[in-house]
Amino acid sequence: MSHATTNGAKAATAKRANPLGGLLTWADDRTGLAAVSKKQIRKVFPDHWSFMLGEIALWSFVVLLLTGTFLTLWFKPSMAEVVYDGSYDQLRGLHMSEAYASTLDISFDIRGGLLMRQMHHWSAMLFIAAMFVHMMRVFFTGAFRKPRELNYLIGLLLLLLGVIEGFAGYSLPDDLLSGTGLRIADGLVKATPVLGTYMSFFMFGGEFPGDVIIPRLYIVHVLLIPGILLALIGLHMLLLVYQKHTQWPGPGRTNNNVVGYPMLPVYAAKAGGFFFIVFGVTALMGGLLSINPVWRYGPYNPAEVTAGSQPDWYMGFAEGLLRIMPGWETHIFGFTISWNVMLPGQIIPVMFLAAMLAYPFIEAWITGDKREHHLLQRPRNAPTRTAFLVSLMTAYGMLWMAGGNDLLAVIFNLNLNYITYFMRVMVFVAPVVAFIVTRRWCISLQRQDEARLLHGYETGVIMRSPEGAYAEKHLPISGDEAYTLTARDRDPLLPAPTAADENGVAARHVRLHRLRARLSRAWFAHNVQKPTTTELEEARHHAEHELAVRDDGHQHVSGDYTGDYELDGHAADGHQFDGRHGVSGEELRQH
Amino acid sequence: MSHDEIARRDGDHAEEPIVNPGMHEHQPRPTDIDDVAGRRAERQVATFFGLSSVMAILFCVAYFTFDIGDEPDLFLGYGASNIFLGLTLGLALLFIGIGAIQWARKLMSDVEISEARHPSRSSDEDRDIALSALNQGIADSAIGRRPLIRNSLLGALGALGLPAIVALRDLGPLPGTALEQTVWRKGMRVVNDVSGTPIKAEQMEIGQLVNAEPGIFFAVDEEGEPVVEGVELQQEKAKAAVILVKMRPEDITPYPNRENWGVEGVLCYSKICTHVGCPISLWEQQTHHLLCPCHQSTFDLADNGKVIFGPAARALPQLPLMVDDEGYLVAQSDFPEPVGPSYWERG
Amino acid sequence: MRLLTDRLAARLSRGRRGRYAGVVVLMLGLLVTGGAYAVLSPAQASDEAADQSTVDQGRALFLVGCASCHGKNGEGVTLQNGNQYGPPLAGVGAAAVDFQVGTGRMPMARPGVQAPKKDVLYSEEEISALAAYVASLGPGPAIPESDAYDPLAIPEEDREEAIVRGGEFFRTNCTACHNFAASGGALPGGKYAPSLRGVSDKHIYEAMLTGPQQMPVFSDEVLKSEEKRDIIAYLNSIEDAPRYGGGNMGAFGPVSEGLFAWLVGIGACVGFAVWIASSSTRSKKGTQS
Repeated sequence: MSHATTNGAKAATAKRANPLGGLLTWADDRTGLAAVSKKQIRKVFPDHWSFMLGEIALWSFVVLLLTGTFLTLWFKPSMAEVVYDGSYDQLRGLHMSEAYASTLDISFDIRGGLLMRQMHHWSAMLFIAAMFVHMMRVFFTGAFRKPRELNYLIGLLLLLLGVIEGFAGYSLPDDLLSGTGLRIADGLVKATPVLGTYMSFFMFGGEFPGDVIIPRLYIVHVLLIPGILLALIGLHMLLLVYQKHTQWPGPGRTNNNVVGYPMLPVYAAKAGGFFFIVFGVTALMGGLLSINPVWRYGPYNPAEVTAGSQPDWYMGFAEGLLRIMPGWETHIFGFTISWNVMLPGQIIPVMFLAAMLAYPFIEAWITGDKREHHLLQRPRNAPTRTAFLVSLMTAYGMLWMAGGNDLLAVIFNLNLNYITYFMRVMVFVAPVVAFIVTRRWCISLQRQDEARLLHGYETGVIMRSPEGAYAEKHLPISGDEAYTLTARDRDPLLPAPTAADENGVAARHVRLHRLRARLSRAWFAHNVQKPTTTELEEARHHAEHELAVRDDGHQHVSGDYTGDYELDGHAADGHQFDGRHGVSGEELRQH
Repeated sequence: MSHDEIARRDGDHAEEPIVNPGMHEHQPRPTDIDDVAGRRAERQVATFFGLSSVMAILFCVAYFTFDIGDEPDLFLGYGASNIFLGLTLGLALLFIGIGAIQWARKLMSDVEISEARHPSRSSDEDRDIALSALNQGIADSAIGRRPLIRNSLLGALGALGLPAIVALRDLGPLPGTALEQTVWRKGMRVVNDVSGTPIKAEQMEIGQLVNAEPGIFFAVDEEGEPVVEGVELQQEKAKAAVILVKMRPEDITPYPNRENWGVEGVLCYSKICTHVGCPISLWEQQTHHLLCPCHQSTFDLADNGKVIFGPAARALPQLPLMVDDEGYLVAQSDFPEPVGPSYWERG
Repeated sequence: MRLLTDRLAARLSRGRRGRYAGVVVLMLGLLVTGGAYAVLSPAQASDEAADQSTVDQGRALFLVGCASCHGKNGEGVTLQNGNQYGPPLAGVGAAAVDFQVGTGRMPMARPGVQAPKKDVLYSEEEISALAAYVASLGPGPAIPESDAYDPLAIPEEDREEAIVRGGEFFRTNCTACHNFAASGGALPGGKYAPSLRGVSDKHIYEAMLTGPQQMPVFSDEVLKSEEKRDIIAYLNSIEDAPRYGGGNMGAFGPVSEGLFAWLVGIGACVGFAVWIASSSTRSKKGTQS
């Protein structure tokens, strides 16, 4: 456990001077580092690909810091008007903001500048995409349960900040597309009841577009939000280290331990190597795939617009909401309430976020589960939760497609208006369908697991009995697999409270409890629980009994025959199951 | 861990239908037992690291070799500098990553270690100590017994919020009536955007679209300086941009008070969408529909700019037109209503 | 790294970046100007008899290929419900015919919301005959002369400025429908603004002049002939421009970028993650997926 530090301490007093040891001693004399790090140096991390999704986000963030710093060396966050005199012919001589001109300079007159710009943009897209898939993994596997609710909340906050940070960055080059994005943001802000116009004027320092929004967004983009992100990422990692990573159940892996490889050297090499891989993938994308060619859009001009004006992907769902919303507006007492902008632009995204934030607490309340969980659940073993996220994802996906409805129309030769009508319906219908389908799908997967436990796996060998009936032979699954399948909790069904008190307060409690019990029943309804020891025993007896009857009935017994027929490793020719041989030694079961 | 918890965990364990078979014995990899395989893996890793250095050097070569700027070097029609810088940098990084992973997978010890977990909570004892320390601290401060201090302090801290908010007051001016007015005035010419040429109704053909601006944007003062420029120009343009369209007069169905707003079938509408303010100019000349490329609000310009599809709620504001002495199209007045997205006070 | 000819070409044609693009464009320019002169000048020689015979030939073609929708005399066919089966053609001018037939949009293969671009069915001569016939039905815009639309007709020293100006006109008048990179865009009801890539200079000019289908007209009085040519010059310049930053993924903007971020970026990173976490050769037991 503490090899490294003991080594360090020894080396300091040893005859051969070890420079590393010397350094460590020097540092420890002043900071007491050894006490803190003795457990961390060989700290165990479990190994699974899905545990590295968050790492993609982490390393993308590092790439963002590096490439972003490079860009700040030349970028001028100013909306002062200049005449472009750089290398890009098609825009030379035009009036534009310094921000846009300096973006062009970075792209055309600074070697490696375009690469850094493109890497910065690609890694921003990856950063948020990786946070999404990481969050999905955490959600699907129940990793947000106690004691990790806090870290889940921090993660969602990171996601929100990442999106805002991305939008601020998208707006900085002051090209036609980013200006159009700001204009839409201005429209969203203005739709706020009572305060809308004031907020808009304070944001833009007067009427849109003004000349302060880019310097303001710049400081938010390079200092304020990255600072908060950095602090929250630090907290996220600290909690991860303190609580230790979750793991999948399996032989030797329980709720009370963590099995994997030590931080030094394996995890350090793997995580460090993965940093270079993420960085490398970003660099290759930056080198080979053009992203946000601002020179094509031209400088921002409030009278110009381009077809295909879309935000970056992570704002796509909000764009879709805006697009499919019917034009509702209320005029009352001389005031205007713009439901058509407020609902999709402000209320629904906040509701999405609130649902995600509240979810762990709602689930814990319904299930009444207050235990610590360090073993992950397979998505199928929490059908309602899995179905809930899939239905949210479906809604998100529908909105995402609606946000690109013009491109869908062009590329697939569809009718733009019909896509919008279709999405207006599907955004409600599809999540419901997805919920039901996913839930049933999970439950049938659970049934399949149960069947494997009780009846073994399908060998693919079809046997014909003397009566002419056909049946497939099943063989028992390995002990490891059987353990892994059963290494999960039984769903705790809450009993309904029996009687109400005369006392009003208590009665209300009873009503709440009753609601909770009903929810809990709906939550776990039809879930398949793992078999008990007795059930497993029974299944085994049943199978053996059936075989015995069959064997006796046909007088082919050579009961004590125990051949060395094993299916593992070589193809079965069917003779193992011809009924002439005793198969009790193979624990053969009939379906 | 409380006793209850331990008991329940043990209970859970006892319920398990299949006993935990425990961790597997470590099975060696070829590189653990075979020296040749080990050396091969070592060479592989070193090769990756070596290739990475080569790529890093090639990056520098590419940096100095390929021109950018006015006359960039090309490679198959692509900017050579960007492509080769990206390729070499990407591969240099990837090779380090792949080498390190290969090292971890093949050569580092792969014996799985089990580490015990501890409950996240602190022990009851620690909690009690912390709680009593906290209570002691609060008691020592006497804050509970002296509510005057507590309340006045809370009041003072609350009052500090005021400077924090007030200090932000100068972020921008108050809206006032700025959103209700544009630069359009009676008699101001409607001119072609970019070129600034004034337009006569007869110069337009049926089905024609002109992206236009108020003439003042192209006006210059005595010294030849533009009258409106810089930020002001951008702000005014964001409200005053218009489109002119010409339809067959018999296709147009104006509201009763708008019958004289057009000239020979030429109508003028705001270019700023009433949804969230994108400039709209996707004009379908046969259907007389105008589509916003941002969120697909569609307006019928033959029918007073009414919304016929999409998220916009209000019709597109129309600018009343007439002709001046020289026969050019001019505005009758400013827009009769605020242009652009809705807002609370708009009514 | 560079050949002498390349430098020469670059000097000849500032703003063009292909290796031999300067030379090629120069040759092409000469060829087109010469060719256009050869083709167009006889047509403009006011030989009444020749004109009349062209019109007659055009009418014969019209009766076979166009009259079923546009009527025997180009008066249009109106359906009982008042919709137009084929619009009347008096006054659309020769330019409209040259655009519609020259890009294969006419004759339509089947009725639809919009006539798509397809293979051209008529020869050059037949198209000019059809154009001459339709032009004879009523006054309308004539087929432009090559000087009107060919950016090479812009004096060398003004060309760069013209391209910049053309970009301004393009972004003001065209991008709303045709997209910033001229990749095209959607219109209501299944209609669309087509991509402008690979469309000839003449056809772009004629489209602006005549406003085919849903496209608005940009008459010469308002968007001057030279301004149209500037737009064409800009379009050519971005079509020839190098792809500075790598593959453009269809030039559809952020949507295709987002798709690539997920498919390529997240796809590659997750692929590597799977490799990193997979156990090496010995055995797969003990890991769960």
